[in-house]
Amino acid sequence: MHNMRFTIPPQDLNREHFTRERPDFNHKSALMETDRGYKCCITNIVELTDQEKLFQLRITDPMERGRFRFQPGQFLMLEIPGYGEAPISISSATSNHEFIELCVRKAGHVTSALFNARQGARVAVRGPFGSSFPMSEMAGHDILLVAGGLGLAPLRAPLFWINDHRDQYGNVHLLYGTKEPSQMLFTYQFEEWKTVSHIDLHTIVEQAPPEWSGNRGMITDLFNNISIDPVRTYAIVCGPPVMFKFVCQYLDKQGIPMNRMFVSLERRMHCGMGKCCRCMVGSTFTCVDGPVFDYWSVMNLKEAI
Amino acid sequence: MIYKVIAKDNFRKFIDVLVRENLSYGPRQVDTDAHGEPVYQYKEVSSADEIAFDYTRTASSAKHLLMPFREEMSHFSFRDDGDWDQDIIYNAEPRVLIGLRPCDISAINILDDVLLNGKFPSPYYLARRKNTFIIGMDHLPLPDCFCKSLNHHTVSTGFNLFCSDIGDSYYLSVNSSKAYSYLQEFSITDPTDEDNCKLIERRKLIKHSFQTEVEVTGLPSFLDIEFDSPIWQKWGDRCLNCGTCAMVCPTCYCYDVKEEPDLDLRGASRQKQLYSCNIVDFARVAGGHNFRPGNGDRLKYRYYHHYRGFAENANQQICVGCNRCGTACLSDINPKDVINDLRMEKESCITCVLPSPPRT
Repeated sequence: MHNMRFTIPPQDLNREHFTRERPDFNHKSALMETDRGYKCCITNIVELTDQEKLFQLRITDPMERGRFRFQPGQFLMLEIPGYGEAPISISSATSNHEFIELCVRKAGHVTSALFNARQGARVAVRGPFGSSFPMSEMAGHDILLVAGGLGLAPLRAPLFWINDHRDQYGNVHLLYGTKEPSQMLFTYQFEEWKTVSHIDLHTIVEQAPPEWSGNRGMITDLFNNISIDPVRTYAIVCGPPVMFKFVCQYLDKQGIPMNRMFVSLERRMHCGMGKCCRCMVGSTFTCVDGPVFDYWSVMNLKEAI
Repeated sequence: MIYKVIAKDNFRKFIDVLVRENLSYGPRQVDTDAHGEPVYQYKEVSSADEIAFDYTRTASSAKHLLMPFREEMSHFSFRDDGDWDQDIIYNAEPRVLIGLRPCDISAINILDDVLLNGKFPSPYYLARRKNTFIIGMDHLPLPDCFCKSLNHHTVSTGFNLFCSDIGDSYYLSVNSSKAYSYLQEFSITDPTDEDNCKLIERRKLIKHSFQTEVEVTGLPSFLDIEFDSPIWQKWGDRCLNCGTCAMVCPTCYCYDVKEEPDLDLRGASRQKQLYSCNIVDFARVAGGHNFRPGNGDRLKYRYYHHYRGFAENANQQICVGCNRCGTACLSDINPKDVINDLRMEKESCITCVLPSPPRT
């Protein structure tokens, strides 16, 4: 275990990071697939905060529902006909084949329209797109998840995954920070994660009313509460751009190898297929090569974070 | 590839037949500019007489014929019960493009690389590309052409027929059976030794006629080192963020997707529209954060995509050296000056650059 940092692990060349398979040009339906949305019905809406809601969708067609499978960390394009599309990360469990859950913040044109939707309304999804957290590569290691604000939404899929395969992982820490206590997402699941999934959960807020009994400060302050073994830890970081910088630099100093730190980047995506270049960072497409990157690749990309 | 020779008047007849039978686009003079010089564009043509075979350079590139400025990706028709039907159409009528220059054909080859490779090839582009018949023609470079620096002054793939001017006839490179069977109807001859010599002479002449050179060797790593160079701010201050450079560029393919409801509100269409990374909101995300807030950042990004990022992905620079962007730019920003400025800034710096080693 001690020499682990210097042994080069075998690389699985079938991982999507390395090969992009090419669909058959002559197979017309495969080409159509990328632009056709799966029709969905909104089955449930949970108001998490005054800005964020959790939408539970169910793909109407059973065949399409069977085909929609995703990996933790991937995103989809949510389509509201007449309004447009928005890229949303998938917040539900990969093992949940019946429903898709999306945690959405009211931020723009499409999401505002979505916030007006009621239960039973119909939308469409395209996807899933993008790379995912290499959960099987992480097996046998400790995991440190660091989330800031809405960054908890993409981390919910890996959390569900860890819950489903809890015996494969060592200690799992989740550090979660927001600006105010009222902005915390999924507070109703915290107890479940702590007791059922045995996740070491710590929360912190930047500003809080006097009656707040929890931690106050920046997310990096939470590192004092936990002890990690950098040799056997994988880190997953998701949050606003400014958070990436501080957290990743700290973890780098702690000695976690750069290829074991994963970040999920946010960009405006228009196609999801590596064509429109709206999400491009340097030579990398956030939609096809990302949104999940290891810190090594991100560090080498100018303007990434 | 089969090589043939055709007399110029015969070639004109061939083009005339082709143009009359098919939907065709060729260079036509559409206007004159401020200096009285003719302005050419690729426009629909219906006879060979309308084509300006001796044109210099079109203001816009041929990419608009393969990637229209605005294009419907799919159409939604709403039903009364809240459901909808989504129609996706990507058919294209067969078309003939006449008179493309080697750099324009290279640009289309680069677009093929981008849009037809990878995990998600674009069906819209594929439909158009497969139904396009390309006839290329060589030309003597203009004073500001620098395609030789990027090796795009000759082209060997991506066309159906390529014509090199060898005096009173054209030396044809026939690259598709379709083109060959059309040509059978006209008197084509096998090239003689003299024709071969003339072709070599012609190529030599083109090669030695370039007046502008842009040094792009090692540019990707050079750009990496120069990421924080003040040059970007300097050129960025001049940039107006209008996006003209990307519109006329033969290889800029970035686009924007938006959805607009029909006027009767019974449907909506999802459209893609060509966009430019120089436009202010290109990298803005939900919530208002802009990843490239300054003029200089955006200008730099465009150069990085052209000369560095694409070189990393596809082993070639995306620029073909036509200098359309430099001609169209309202603030007179052109790749030659920007790159040379960037190189000069470092290479003329006495404190960090040692004198060149003596030649042996």
